[in-house]
Amino acid sequence: MKLRRPFLMAALMAASLVPLFAQAQAALDEVMAKKVINIAIPTDFPPYGYVGTDLKPQGLDIDMANYIGAKLGVKVELVPVTSANRIAYLQTKKADLVISTLGKNAEREKVIDFTAAYSPFFQAVFASKGTPIKGAADLAGKTVGVTRGAIEDLELTKIAPPTADIKRFEDNNATVSAFVSGQVQVIATGASVAGNMMARNPQLGAEYKFVLKDSPNFIGVAKGEDKLRLKVNEIIAGAKSSGDLDKMATKWLGRPAGELPN
Amino acid sequence: MVALDFLAVLEQWPALLRGAAFTLGLTAVSAAVGGIVGVACGWARAWGAPWLAALVGVYVELIRNTPFIVQLFFIYFGLPSLGLKLTPEVASVIAMVVNLGAYAAEIVRAGIENTPKGQIEAARSLAMNEWQVFTRVVLPPALGRVWPAMVSQIVIVMLGSAVCGQIAAQELSYAANLILSRNFRGFEAYLIATAIYLAMAIGIRQFLNWAGPRWIFGR
Repeated sequence: MKLRRPFLMAALMAASLVPLFAQAQAALDEVMAKKVINIAIPTDFPPYGYVGTDLKPQGLDIDMANYIGAKLGVKVELVPVTSANRIAYLQTKKADLVISTLGKNAEREKVIDFTAAYSPFFQAVFASKGTPIKGAADLAGKTVGVTRGAIEDLELTKIAPPTADIKRFEDNNATVSAFVSGQVQVIATGASVAGNMMARNPQLGAEYKFVLKDSPNFIGVAKGEDKLRLKVNEIIAGAKSSGDLDKMATKWLGRPAGELPN
Repeated sequence: MVALDFLAVLEQWPALLRGAAFTLGLTAVSAAVGGIVGVACGWARAWGAPWLAALVGVYVELIRNTPFIVQLFFIYFGLPSLGLKLTPEVASVIAMVVNLGAYAAEIVRAGIENTPKGQIEAARSLAMNEWQVFTRVVLPPALGRVWPAMVSQIVIVMLGSAVCGQIAAQELSYAANLILSRNFRGFEAYLIATAIYLAMAIGIRQFLNWAGPRWIFGR
């Protein structure tokens, strides 16, 4: 008798995993049938996605999510995610789309697919005015805070000298906290996060040092969900030509979307 | 289709191994220091002067009624504003010591308060001073009585150290998260990390159950 329960548990666990490995290509049909689309959005990434004083998520990514929902004619369920876990949400089908300031790179393309770009973005290195940094080589011997798994982490890891002490944090809030509290001398992060941080903490005297990567944002879809991907591409192309993308970018970023890659 | 690829995670074994060793190191230091803090605080609450018992009571209740991660963030992100900057490693050890100390204090106190009165009176009638009574007569059997609870608490603290990765302390779950963020093999990375945690928890329990009676409260 004693042995039975573990087996039962194992069987239950195995059964609960089955949906993970089934159903490719069905996402769009499912969304249209249920009239609900689950979209992963950031809540720690102003102005792309953050929680306002009314505790509701808002930002460019949330506007984009609602825009796509409206074009599809379905209800939007927003799923808050962090930089570190957003891809997992897509892989495990907890979200149909990831609109979460997601940059495109080869590693990510192995596990998920991308639509056309929908908004501009760049990552850079920031530090206080008194810290002389001109390029990657100047990071030697300095502590650098970065959000684990974000594009800036991957870029920084490639170019930073081995003596740079890179500290990787779970999300942008922790990374910014580490810089603001002086636990790290340098921060590598997105322009929007840095802009927000510098606006709220003028006493830091932080400034832009050098760019890590220009990386427009793409919408992530699960690998192989071509129907959904093409449908979203259609919506983005429409928004581009109608000027809606520029309007959204101007509202949240203070500049139009400009040229975005497909 | 999601296909499992454990090799992609296992080829990062040096990172996993370093992470596991770091977790074990954190746990060893915290258990040793936290255990001493626990005994001292247990003594203070059961035998100490009323003001001391009250002070320790505040510490114990404060720590036992707030989340570990909040304590950790307070030490790492909060203390620098008071001018105290700590590395992630030191902050982690302090948080774990402070946390374990509070729980251990209550566990040790339970053991001390269960000491039969006659045993203490007998010791005093042999002209032992209070220090001798406590360290020779009260503490060893008290620790023996509560050892299983103490071992469990140390294992809980070891598992709790998984959140130290949040402040960039490079322990096991930090390693698993880093591997995940590099190759997105989340299920595999966490499954392997889980297996390592399980093995470490069982190992620590076995070791402490063996070591306790021999080195800590045996004769």
